[in-house]
Amino acid sequence: MTDTRHHPSEATLMAFAAGALDEGLALVVSCHLVSCPACRALVAEGEMIGGALLDSSQPAPLADDALSRMMARLDEPEPPPPPATDGNAPAWMPAPLARQMNALHGPSWAAQARRSLGWRWLAPGVRQLSVMRRTRGGGTARLLSIAPGTTLPHHDHGGLELTCVLDGAFHDERALYQTGDVAELEPDTPHQPVAEGNHPCLCLIANEQPTRFSGLVGRLTQPLIGF
Amino acid sequence: MSQPDPAGDAGSDWSALLVAVGQRRDRAAFARLFAHFGPRLKSYLMRLGAQPNQAEDVVQEAMLMVWRKAHLFDPQRAEAATWLFTIARNRRIDLLRRDGRGGPAASLPWEDNLPDPVDETPLPDERLDQTRQAEQVRRAIATLPPEQAQVVHLSFFQEMAHGAIADHLDVPLGTVKSRLRLAMKRIRQGLGKDTFGKDTLAEETLPDPPPTGA
Ligand SMILES: [Zn+2]
Repeated sequence: MTDTRHHPSEATLMAFAAGALDEGLALVVSCHLVSCPACRALVAEGEMIGGALLDSSQPAPLADDALSRMMARLDEPEPPPPPATDGNAPAWMPAPLARQMNALHGPSWAAQARRSLGWRWLAPGVRQLSVMRRTRGGGTARLLSIAPGTTLPHHDHGGLELTCVLDGAFHDERALYQTGDVAELEPDTPHQPVAEGNHPCLCLIANEQPTRFSGLVGRLTQPLIGF
Repeated sequence: MSQPDPAGDAGSDWSALLVAVGQRRDRAAFARLFAHFGPRLKSYLMRLGAQPNQAEDVVQEAMLMVWRKAHLFDPQRAEAATWLFTIARNRRIDLLRRDGRGGPAASLPWEDNLPDPVDETPLPDERLDQTRQAEQVRRAIATLPPEQAQVVHLSFFQEMAHGAIADHLDVPLGTVKSRLRLAMKRIRQGLGKDTFGKDTLAEETLPDPPPTGA
């Protein structure tokens, strides 16, 4: 994997480590971490902060029977591990996303995906695939496949938006994003991604809150996004 | 096995106990870990908004995970409290997700879906002396300027992402991000890492916050 040049902000990595990031955003971060040792190190430092805060917490006494209840549970049978991916996941798909697809569609999703992953038309040149039910925080995560040269509808969003490029590249008003890169967009920052190169750009996009598409095409396509 | 000093909280002993649980299924060692970390986890969970009996239940669930996963604990990679924190964090999120969906817990194989840096994170230059590093992190946290300590505490104790923190404190998002970034920088410096590998990126993606009276 080439060196990534665009990373989630330190604030986002800290929120990830704290467990404060909405589930879809956390999935995007974890897909980036697979290929970014620098961000993994920052997350590990955030977790050390968590450990330090845990260890310095004022102890709250447990119920009298807590220890006996606990010890009695140690011999409970372990639930079977979730089935592993069956090896049919596309090469571009990072492991955290493949596990998420497993959870959503069952372990044979990848074999079925050879026929159809369930991509839906979103706009000319743009298809999408939902990879997560709506999260606790009301956010979403989905894959977009953007044909070369295609411009996504102009959109802004009420919450944080994170995009990880899984294959290909895109640019927006700010920068060029290539495989492994993360674009972090603050709330209410309109942007208009355009796919680069000569094969489709595959992106994993997560929002804290539903995205609002602006403009005619945006208004027409918004209901199709299904969020 | 050395006796952990209840007052001194010697981290290496907790790590040794975790290793004993992982390698020998040592129940006495586990009971000691439970006695130390159980009440701290409960306190932590209650600060996150759990009711006392909910917190007790999550403590039980998290410590059961500790028992089952202790063989994965590597004292070279993480200090005991840090590792326990990640296990508890993941277990708590897992349980919250299930509640939110209303489905029976067993039907959702979330466990391995959690972004789990514990299992996947190699720490190339951080393998030495996790206990000493954890001590340095504690010291650095204790000396953070109040406005940085505040955003760290809101992240970890209120489960707020930076947008929510900005709303809560009524300061611009850029200010929150900048405070979190500075807090991480100080903690890195506390670990003896003066170089901040992503400075150029940070400047690029984090515009200077507007002046604020907050
Ligand atoms: Zn990175």
